[in-house]
Amino acid sequence: MGKYILKRLLSIIPVLFGVSILVFFLVRLIPGSALELFLGTQVEATPEQMEELRRIFGEDKPIPILYLEWLSRILRGDFGYSLRTSRPVLPDILSRLPLSLELTIFSLFLSVIIGIPLGILSSLKQNPIIDILIRIIGLLGLSLPQFWLATLFVILFSSLEGLIPMGNFISFSKNPLLNIKMLFLPSLAIGLGLGAVVMRFTRNNILEVLQMDYIKTAKAKGLSQKAVLFKHALRNALLPIITILGFNAGYLLGGAIVIEEVFALPGMGRLALYAIFQRDYPLLQGIVLIISFLFVLINLLTDILYAFIDPRIRYE
Amino acid sequence: MKFFIRLRKNYIALAGLTIIIFYLLMAIVGIFWTPYDPTEMNYEEVLQPPSLKHILGTDEFGRDILSRIIWGSRISILISFTATLIASLLGITIGTVSGFWGGKLDNFLMRVVDVLFSFPPLLLAIFIMGILGEKTYNVIIAIGIVYTPQFARLVRAGVLSIKNLDFIQSAIAIGGGKLHILSKHIFPNILIPIIVQISLCLSLGILLESALSFLGLGVQPPYPSWGNMLSSARRFMIIAPWTAIFPGLAIVLLVLGFNLLGDGLRDLLDPRLRNIRG
Repeated sequence: MGKYILKRLLSIIPVLFGVSILVFFLVRLIPGSALELFLGTQVEATPEQMEELRRIFGEDKPIPILYLEWLSRILRGDFGYSLRTSRPVLPDILSRLPLSLELTIFSLFLSVIIGIPLGILSSLKQNPIIDILIRIIGLLGLSLPQFWLATLFVILFSSLEGLIPMGNFISFSKNPLLNIKMLFLPSLAIGLGLGAVVMRFTRNNILEVLQMDYIKTAKAKGLSQKAVLFKHALRNALLPIITILGFNAGYLLGGAIVIEEVFALPGMGRLALYAIFQRDYPLLQGIVLIISFLFVLINLLTDILYAFIDPRIRYE
Repeated sequence: MKFFIRLRKNYIALAGLTIIIFYLLMAIVGIFWTPYDPTEMNYEEVLQPPSLKHILGTDEFGRDILSRIIWGSRISILISFTATLIASLLGITIGTVSGFWGGKLDNFLMRVVDVLFSFPPLLLAIFIMGILGEKTYNVIIAIGIVYTPQFARLVRAGVLSIKNLDFIQSAIAIGGGKLHILSKHIFPNILIPIIVQISLCLSLGILLESALSFLGLGVQPPYPSWGNMLSSARRFMIIAPWTAIFPGLAIVLLVLGFNLLGDGLRDLLDPRLRNIRG
């Protein structure tokens, strides 16, 4: 197991390296340097002052060198300064992280408590009508734009006090109960669609596992339907769901942007949007780096968790 | 031919196809005719609820929502189709080169694909839009790049799984050229997974375009796209819910169409699932 974890850990290093190259050089494609954006059109500077500024902004060297310097600063936790507020960007980004994590966890939780029980229930009965129904609900879950569902929630529940944050968001540490109440609808907007997908996946997996030989054996030795389902089938059927949840956890960290926008939640996604509209590239680079780092990390943890539960993976 | 006979029996795929054809017709009709001018403002009919005159109501500038949805279907479909075309062509090329020739190039290309996979799709798309600027053709480029890696991985895996089979080896032995082997022996065998991926990509493309336009990074007003209609509806949705409901329904139905088609095709592809899949 230790060997497997080490192997997987090493494998993400070149990927993260590639991510940093992409994030650095894509921003370099933008016409106009960070310095010009910072100065705007109103500021006049003498050639000597420009020289000094160029040095401060690190624009006096060839690009590969600049990249290496930038990377070494990133590795030391210095993500640069905002072009708009001149504050270091990292603390601003990290202060948004708890909300994004919370939203992700609540959404996954809701999708699991909606999806898995319904998936199990629907797998108990197999007939054409249920088949088609489950299938369409599952596909509908994939087809609903989350921001539209969120918008419908706002229309439906706008009269209920406190359910829709709209700008006066309260953090978990200040008032946990109010915080959860405010995050309920945003999480449900994500969790419903995802729950439909989880439901269909659960059902398909159970039906597939039920055709295995060891299930037939369990039935043949006289175990009840219940025991076969819960003791033998379910464990194997639910395993692959970890992968789906893991992938979506990473996805939601950056993908909940639209939900944050609808409910005016101060998460990382909206900060990214702000950075784009304000042309604040160091901030944008920082957010994209942090989110993709978390994305890679969560996928890695999912793989390791999976290998931990299912030993077959480790030896492949 | 067998494929088409089975397709006819596959009601899920057929239902999807019907929805898609309906939208395509709507988009084509919309070029020549819409009930009202989709960009003309009419301050006497602001935020009218659905009625016989305006079947789906009017928006905050008195524009007919049905006309705007018909117009928007052209933009959404055009963006999604061209983006999918870019993603599939790029992805198939990368995947084929990678899988068929292997070696160092394969290694390099797959690392690039890994890197593109380490961004959540929406984040990568808004990052690219932030850099290229909010233009319609940039939306196409952004969506195309985001969904290229999926095609590359799929095609590479397909090519690898077939490349070493006996019938390919014998084709090489009797002197078949590389292009001949690729086009006559390998592609026919991975065509259906590619088609399934294309229909999936079309649905994701519609969703991503609408999300980008909703965030203000995609199609810009006054031209209607379903996403930016939803975005401008946000200010009025509580007093005029129809401005938010109908553009969203338009998205859901079309995306469902692509998903039904893709799902039905997947059944045809994998006979193992035909009996147990719900």
